[in-house]
Formats: sequence, C-alpha cells, structure tokens
Amino acid sequence: MWLCSPLIHSYSSTSLSSRHRPNRHNPPPSPPPHPLTPPPRSSFSVKVACLIDLSSNLEVHCIERKTSFFFIHCDGSLTSGLNLRNSRSARLSTNAVATKQDNVTASTASKPGVTNVDETPPSKPIGNILEALREGLEEEMERDPRVCVMGEDVGHYGGSYKVTKGLATKYGDLRVLDTPIAENSFTGMAIGAAMTGLRPIVEGMNMGFLLLAFNQISNNCGMLHYTSGGQFKIPIVIRGPGGVGRQLGAEHSQRLESYFQSIPGIQMVACSTPYNAKGLMKAAIRSDNPVILFEHVLLYNLKERIPDEEYVLNLEEAEMVRPGEHVTILTYSRMRYHVMQAAKTLVNKGYDPEVIDIRSLKPFDLYTIGNSVKKTHRVVIVEECMRTGGIGASLTASINENFHDYLDAPIVCLSSQDVPTPYAGTLEEWTVVQPAQIVAAVEQLCR
Amino acid sequence: MYRSMVTLQIMDTIFYEAQRQGRISFYLTSMGEEAINIATAAALTSDDVVLPQYREPGILLWRGFTLEQFTAQLFGTKDGNDKGRQMPIHYGSNQLNYFTVSSPIATQLPQAVGVAYSLKMDNKEACAVAFMGDGCTSEGDFHAGMNFAAVLEAPVIFICRNNGWAISTPISEQFRSDGVVVKGQAYGIRSIRVDGNDTLAVYSAIRTAREMAIREQKPILVEALTYRVGHHSTSDDSTKYRSSNEIEHWRTARNPTTRFRKWVQTNGWWRDEDETELRESIRKHVLNAIQVADKTEKPSLEELFTEVYDRVPPNLREQEKSLRETVKRH
Repeated sequence: MWLCSPLIHSYSSTSLSSRHRPNRHNPPPSPPPHPLTPPPRSSFSVKVACLIDLSSNLEVHCIERKTSFFFIHCDGSLTSGLNLRNSRSARLSTNAVATKQDNVTASTASKPGVTNVDETPPSKPIGNILEALREGLEEEMERDPRVCVMGEDVGHYGGSYKVTKGLATKYGDLRVLDTPIAENSFTGMAIGAAMTGLRPIVEGMNMGFLLLAFNQISNNCGMLHYTSGGQFKIPIVIRGPGGVGRQLGAEHSQRLESYFQSIPGIQMVACSTPYNAKGLMKAAIRSDNPVILFEHVLLYNLKERIPDEEYVLNLEEAEMVRPGEHVTILTYSRMRYHVMQAAKTLVNKGYDPEVIDIRSLKPFDLYTIGNSVKKTHRVVIVEECMRTGGIGASLTASINENFHDYLDAPIVCLSSQDVPTPYAGTLEEWTVVQPAQIVAAVEQLCR
Repeated sequence: MYRSMVTLQIMDTIFYEAQRQGRISFYLTSMGEEAINIATAAALTSDDVVLPQYREPGILLWRGFTLEQFTAQLFGTKDGNDKGRQMPIHYGSNQLNYFTVSSPIATQLPQAVGVAYSLKMDNKEACAVAFMGDGCTSEGDFHAGMNFAAVLEAPVIFICRNNGWAISTPISEQFRSDGVVVKGQAYGIRSIRVDGNDTLAVYSAIRTAREMAIREQKPILVEALTYRVGHHSTSDDSTKYRSSNEIEHWRTARNPTTRFRKWVQTNGWWRDEDETELRESIRKHVLNAIQVADKTEKPSLEELFTEVYDRVPPNLREQEKSLRETVKRH
C-alpha cells in the first residue's frame, strides 16, 4: 500500500458538493464479510476513495488494498483503514448471530441484542434501529446538500418515531420539512423536487398511510424515468414503519410491500437490524432509483453494535443470518427474529436450518437464495404479509420457476391469514406467524 | 406570439386529421386556448419549470420544440424524446424545463410544489408553473397542492384554464363555487381572474404573477376564462353534449387567435399576405414532418427494458432475453 499526496483519486464521491453518481452494478464497497458468510459474488480490489473536503482542507491519504472500504466520520475527519483494522473484525463478529435476538419477540424489543462486549469502541458502539436510521440519514445529509426530508412532524417534533430527531435543528426547517397532512401531496412534492435535482426522503408516519400516496407512487414515481425517455430521474426514498405492531388496529398494521411489489421502476428493501438499517438507508439515498425502505414498528428499539466506520450496503443483496444444511428459511423484517427463535429450538432438536434475511424485496436476490436452495433442497418462507399476493407468494413463484430442479419438496410459505389485523391481543398474536409454527413446519418438511 | 398561435392552430388541425386517418392513435387539440398557451409561455423565462396538464403544447412550441420533435412523439418513433413510451400529447423535455405529461389529473400540482421547493433551496430566480383545467380543481391533489404551496410559501403559479368543460361535464356540474379564483382565497393564496382569450391580458397577468411569486416567494392562482373549441380529444364527440352553434360561436366570433390578429393588423404589423404565406409554410412543414415520422423506425426492442431503473437489472434482462426468443420463433 502507499500513501499519495492530496489528489482526488476516487471512484466515488469527491467533495461534499459534487454530484455523486453511485454505480448500481458496482456498489460502494461493503465491509469485509462476516466470518460465516459465503464469499461475495463479486470481489473488489478497489482503490479506496480519497476524500478531499474542499471546504475544510483535510489532508488526504489514499490506500489501496484488497478488501474494500473507506471511512469518513460524520464530523469530517478521515481515518484510514489501517488504524481500525484490529478492532473492526472483533466488532463485526457480534453481528447477526442467532442467540442474541431471541428476546425481541416477547416484548416491545427493548432488550439489547449484543452478547459479546469484547472491547468498547471509541464512540456510540451500541445503538438501536432508530438511531441507526438517523445516523445513516444524517451522514447522507452531511455528505450531500441535496438530500432533504419531508413528512408529517419530521421537523422539530423529530418524527413520530423520532427518526429525524435533531435534524431540523441542525439542517434547518427547509431541509427537514414539516408538511400538512396529505400523503399524496408530499409524495408528489418529493417527486417534483427529485425531478429537479433534489434527493428527498419521504417519511410516512405509518406505512399504511402511504396508501393515500399510491397514485403518486405508482403512476409517477415508478414511471416517469421511463416515460420521459430517461430525461427525468426520481431518486427518492420513501420510508416508514409498517408491519403488525402491538394492538395498533387494522389500519396501522399494514404490510404495504404486498401492494407495492408490482410497481415497475421502484426498488423495495426491508431493514431488520441496526446494522442493515443504517447501511440500507444510506444505499437507498445514494441510489438513483426510487426506493421504498420498509421499517417495522416493533423493531425500532432493537439494539446492536453499529460499526463506527462508514459503510453502505447493497440494496439488492440478501443477508445470510445463519448458514445451515437442512433447510433454507427465507424471511425479512420482524419475522427474522421469530425465525431465529425457532432456529434455536430446531438446533436443539438436531436440525441445521439456514436462515436468510432476504432484505431486498424487489428485486429478490436470487443468487444467494438460489445457492442456498441448491444446497438444502428445502425451502420455508416466513413472512408477515397475508397469504394472498404477498412477498411470500411472489417468492414462491420465483423459486419454483428458477430452482424447481433443486427442490426435494414443495415450498412451504408461512404467512398471515387474509384478514384485517384484529385489535385484541390474542387474536393479533394468532394472525402473526409464531416460532412454534415455524418449528413445526420445518420438522414436517424435513421428515 | 401571433405566429406561434397560428402554428399551434395549424399543428392541431393537421394532427387531428392524422388521427382521423388512422396514422396516430390519439390526439387532443388546444383549439380556442392558443392565447393561454402562447402568452403564458412568452411571459415566462426559460428557467421557469412548467408542469403541464396536457393542453399546453404551445409552451413547448414557444420554447423551441420543433415540429419534428412533436411528430416523433406522436408517432412513437425512436426519435421521440420519450423513446416511444408515452401516449401522444404526453410530451416532455428536460432541456426546455417542461415536465413529461402524466395522464392522471392533478398529480402535477403537488409536484409543482416540490419543484418550487427545489428552486427555493437553490435560490433560483425562477418559479414553478403548474397548469390545470377546471375539472382538475375537483381532485384531491388540487386541494393538497394549493394548501401546501400556501403553507410552505412556494413560488408556484397555478394556472387554471377554465374552458367550461371537463369532457362532457360542464362547470355547473363540476363545482358550485364562483369559478376557480375564489378557491384560491380559501387557501390564503392571492388569485386573479383573467380573460383567457385576450392574449395581452394573459401576458401581463402572468408576467406580474411571476414577479410576485419570485419576489415574495408565495404562490399565485390565475384563473384564465376560455372555451374549449375542440372536442376533449379524438375519443370524444362533443356535439353529443353541447350545441354546435355554441362551438361555432367560440370558434369564430370569440376566437383568441382572430382577436389577436385584428389587434396586430390594426397596428400595421401584419398583412393578409403574411397570413396566407405563414399558414402555407407551416402546413407544408407539418405535413413534411409527418412524412418523415411515418418513415422513421419505431424504437428497438431493448428500449422496452431500459430506463425502468437506472441500469437494466438481471430480472429485466432475463425477460428481454425470453422476449427476443419469442419474437424470433414467431
């Protein structure tokens, strides 16, 4: 490796004010793989980006190495990979291993998810999904002045779920914009702003309310890049909490991913851990396509160690949560934790399930999923969507179409029933797939 | 301005005929609304971002969209700005700051607020201009767009072409308010009603509105009263719901183009010979453009899949492959 003098020598962004164009098929580098994950499909030998923040006259170091990441702290200082290499792997090894997640489902997910505390990294090591989202958002707002937020109560109130807390004070009322209550309107507004060069993030107070914005999302957001012949692009992010909460009633428990999945031109991702929440938020903001980021009401308080160094995840990649041999369990968002709880039981019973958090709901990461199916030959899909027309339904069709020869048994899809989510606690519990059901399904399948 | 109005008229006549002859699938004219089209365009600058509804091709014409470009879009050829992806009349030009038309009514109104927001952030000396018809004011997005613009103090000019008809619905069945101008007041937006068939009145109203919007960073609502002389579109026969006398009256006696012509001629700037000459040459030009477009290729198969996303993703590539195979086989 060498050090080079202050030169702009990057393949991605330069100064904060430059117009960054992330390359969709060569995404920004992801952190080094988790020890248990299979090797990435594309390996990078990347020159680490050098940043020159022209406004603050930072010194720049360029480092080339085989693994790929570069670090920028929020406050603008630059650290090289060198210094953090030792602590990084220890930090990342606490990520995404089964045991720590099992308490989440029993309560409103306020227990910390970290088990090993090998060392205390310098700044904010443990955060929850809320904080992770906020960090991601803030870093991107810092990096690119075109990024702005709009939604109800996102300004000084900090958002209904406090994801945008503090941002209005820092970036002003215009960049973190409080809007009147009209989802179709502020989504339309975001589209108009995006077509003129801004990168807005629309917050739906609850995903369900975005049904009011369906017209703008379907007829305009997904389409205008295409129908304008590529003249206008819509780099917006639409995000908000969805999914079944704790007795929030039917209208507040919607799973909109089912409805949106058919819209051409958009991408959909679902986050499930603080680590992937931050990474996906950043990736979504940097993407030139409209992205819908699904968060889950019950996961906001889930804590985990978040790496200090900057990282951006790939919007189209699934996450290997637990490799295994006997069966592939595909899931996303909150159901991941039900699955991991079931996995514990299954392991005790002698099974070896492979758990994949699909993360990318549109398009599916058929590469990772396919490799898994080819290995285990059995698939269980666990989702929160309803049986009819949900993500599970599409995924089942997709796997059947592409990997039929590798399946030893029909795909099992566990979803919620086709009913509005009831209010009473017991009834609500019965509409959501529970770990016991998952265990039973796997046992049945593996017989 | 007068030349452009005439061009618009002739363009409309010929393209309408072309649809009737089966050469294009759809068209809608702006007959009777030439003054609004051209005078507005003339009163704005090229930096002002226009979000049309669909009856404003005059703006594009004024800004330099060529007859060839219009024709290419109508015929869906590979030369069209939209690469043959949108239906006729749904023009769009990034270069000319004219947003691609989207069919659902009123969706452009909240988007206009977003554009104004963007201009505000950039501190640009420009405003957003959103067009709508009388029917559009019934849509939810109208309410939301107006309210937003007012609250957020967005520099938008909302121009309502009140032409009396929303397909077959007359304004008496669209709303019971005194036109559209009073609705602006309800939102705290300064509004003005103008004779949409008086070219000069429209010009000065928009000119002033623009200055006000930019200087004070507040929205303005302009209601331009006019009449839709043509049918709603080629899919409509308006004699079914209105009398042909009425249509004829507005087409001749109250025609904005004729009216403006009288004024221009009275001032000695135009003669009858100029008129004939102009009309002839435009006719030739349009017919020529049609011939060219007729012969131009349609977009290639791959354009079905490009620009859905920023890069063609694997699943679409697969779909393209299987489509190619199907096409080859059959």
